Amino acid sequence: MDNNKLDGAQALLKTLNELGIEYIFGYSGGAALPIFDALETVETKMKFILVRHEQGAVHMADGYARATGRPAAVLVTSGPGAGNTVSGLMTAQMDSVPMIVLTGQQVLWMLGKDAFQEADTFSITMPVVKHNFLVKDTNDLPRIAREAHHIATTGRPGPVLVDIPKNVSQDPFSGDLDPEVNLPGYHPERAFEIDEEAVESAVKLIHQSRRPIILAGQGCMIARAGDELLKLSRTLGCPVTTTLLGKGIYPETNDHALGMVGMHGTAYANKAIVEADLILNVGSRFDDRIIGQTEKFGANASIIHIDIDPAEMNKMISPDVQIIGDARAALVELNKRVDEIDTAEWLKHLTGLKKKYPLHYRKQGGLRMQQVIDELYNLTRGEAIISTDVGQHQMWAAQFYKCNAPYRWLSSGGAGTMGFGFPAAIGAQFACPDELVVAIVGDGGFQMTLFELATAALHKLPLKILVLNNHYLGMVRQWQELFFDDRKSGVDLEGNPDFVKLAAAYGIQGFNIKRPADVSRTLQKALDYKEGPCLIHAECYKTDNVFPMIPAGAPLEDMLIEPPKRKMAKPVGST
Amino acid sequence: MTRTITTSDTPGTADPGEVIHTLSIFVNNKAGVLMRICQVFARRGYNIESLVVAQGRDPHFSRMTIGLKGAPEGLEQIIKQVSKLIDVIHCYEHTSADAVVREMLLIKFLVEDGQQRTDALQIIEHFNGKTVDLTPSSMVAMITGDSPKVDAAVGMLSQFDIIETVRTGKVVMARGEQPT
Repeated sequence: MDNNKLDGAQALLKTLNELGIEYIFGYSGGAALPIFDALETVETKMKFILVRHEQGAVHMADGYARATGRPAAVLVTSGPGAGNTVSGLMTAQMDSVPMIVLTGQQVLWMLGKDAFQEADTFSITMPVVKHNFLVKDTNDLPRIAREAHHIATTGRPGPVLVDIPKNVSQDPFSGDLDPEVNLPGYHPERAFEIDEEAVESAVKLIHQSRRPIILAGQGCMIARAGDELLKLSRTLGCPVTTTLLGKGIYPETNDHALGMVGMHGTAYANKAIVEADLILNVGSRFDDRIIGQTEKFGANASIIHIDIDPAEMNKMISPDVQIIGDARAALVELNKRVDEIDTAEWLKHLTGLKKKYPLHYRKQGGLRMQQVIDELYNLTRGEAIISTDVGQHQMWAAQFYKCNAPYRWLSSGGAGTMGFGFPAAIGAQFACPDELVVAIVGDGGFQMTLFELATAALHKLPLKILVLNNHYLGMVRQWQELFFDDRKSGVDLEGNPDFVKLAAAYGIQGFNIKRPADVSRTLQKALDYKEGPCLIHAECYKTDNVFPMIPAGAPLEDMLIEPPKRKMAKPVGST
Repeated sequence: MTRTITTSDTPGTADPGEVIHTLSIFVNNKAGVLMRICQVFARRGYNIESLVVAQGRDPHFSRMTIGLKGAPEGLEQIIKQVSKLIDVIHCYEHTSADAVVREMLLIKFLVEDGQQRTDALQIIEHFNGKTVDLTPSSMVAMITGDSPKVDAAVGMLSQFDIIETVRTGKVVMARGEQPT
């Protein structure tokens, strides 16, 4: 195709194609018409997936990115189309997930005039993206697309939105298809220059330590630092706990693994953090769900914080040593300098804690979500890509579905966005067509985005949707039970549909699990089902609670390992 | 690095513990940059006391000098969050110790007779100011200096019937060879 005869939309798609974008998830509309037309007229390797709601598109791009580390694109129209991307953008921004979101916009000369489907997308989305653009010149499109991709995928990744007025995408293109990016204030390459002095100080602290613990987070995942992390843990004889988003960056079945830390983390991980003399945080932002009470966190420990984002230093916790940079690059430097330390007694103690406080669940009195997840873990040998929604099932999945490899645990952490799990699983299945992808969702969150059943059915995606149904917004109900005298308010999901029948309406095979004895057999049937997506509906015990639990804002020492026998004070933490 | 609010710094009441910080921010000269920066302040409850924005020597960039009121504990975060914005080249905090601070005041007041005019001119002279508009019944004076000096000038001229004052807000430039 002669570049001189391209329009803006065609130049844009050619650029995205060259950048290696594989999927565009989207929903059409007037202001995006030229771009949608270009999908038909430009030859690219990109595949367009029509979703059923813009939020679904953003979560799919999110799931795609979490499963691969690569960004996908989202293409939606102006006004409500762009507005519907906001919670998805926030989800990606909070968890540092790269994606490029293209929004159609009214023609330039109608901006600010309340034209049809005009919204100030640039302003609305500014706080929930890593960066955004409003394109005013057709010839800028390739440069801005390149800049968007560069910003989304480097440094601390995140979503980048490009708002494109209709005349800008429609007008003839006469610019450079391969321009240089021009971002004088953005220097992600500096993340690979690790401050030697900081590393030396860290090594000193490490060598003094006898009770060290590594806390590995999303930054480790993004930096693909698993090998260096394993090496460090082996050299030192150091136990490793991960955040919710760090699950899988360190093999959870490894002897040194302590599972997830924090509000609903394992008792032994939380106790280890409390008792440690050194906390080595690799790529976690010391989220409030992990530290509990800021003042008491790591009060008796030295703290080393490795993070690519300088703004994370001293934000929640003031570390003794800050190493600013890429997690892998930092670990490489540490690994060059560290020697074995004597942690034998510490490891023995932790093994004791693991035995004393194992994760467990009741097998009597109704089907427990934990059992379903546990048996799913066993049947899939922990090898599935798991995408969760948000709530009790998410925490139980984090506890009982152990991950031994990275990029196989997709969960909305920072934002806690209900409705994430199912569309994110769709995105992951597009990214990894030959992998087993399971969406573990609750009855609440699933109903927020279940319209994407159509998308899954249409593309015959072999993913499994496991609906753990307790007819409640269980996590909120748990808080009401523990802290608000069990007054249930706004949590009863009476009126839930028959999920198997609902799946059938989309031509999707359904399975029902009603009794604990059915779990294994029915799950196996579902796993053996190869004709496209299938839904497994598990009718679960209604009023189970997730433990261990650290009430919000309380120190880790106040962890409840078992249900409390006394009345609890309302938590001081924000949520 | 920070100055505690004194009554001469900001007339009116200030929350104890809140201080005024002066940030010099060098940014891409693009639409929306100011908004991105303001969002960082607003999200953390910092109030903008003064704001000066103008194109840099290279027209691709702009210089912002922002006076901010808020708790000192949060300032490190604010500077880091601002620095992190893609359109920000750099963001530094300055104080009167390491930088030259200036702002300009235009003040309009009534003068009823020759005696008042003479008195006013003496005060303006004292502050190295200038008369920039003069009518039989009013004067506009221009006074430049750091904020306490400008406050003092307003104080002295308060003996006249002041119609209005306009202040530019402060600009800063680092002392010596140090870039701002």
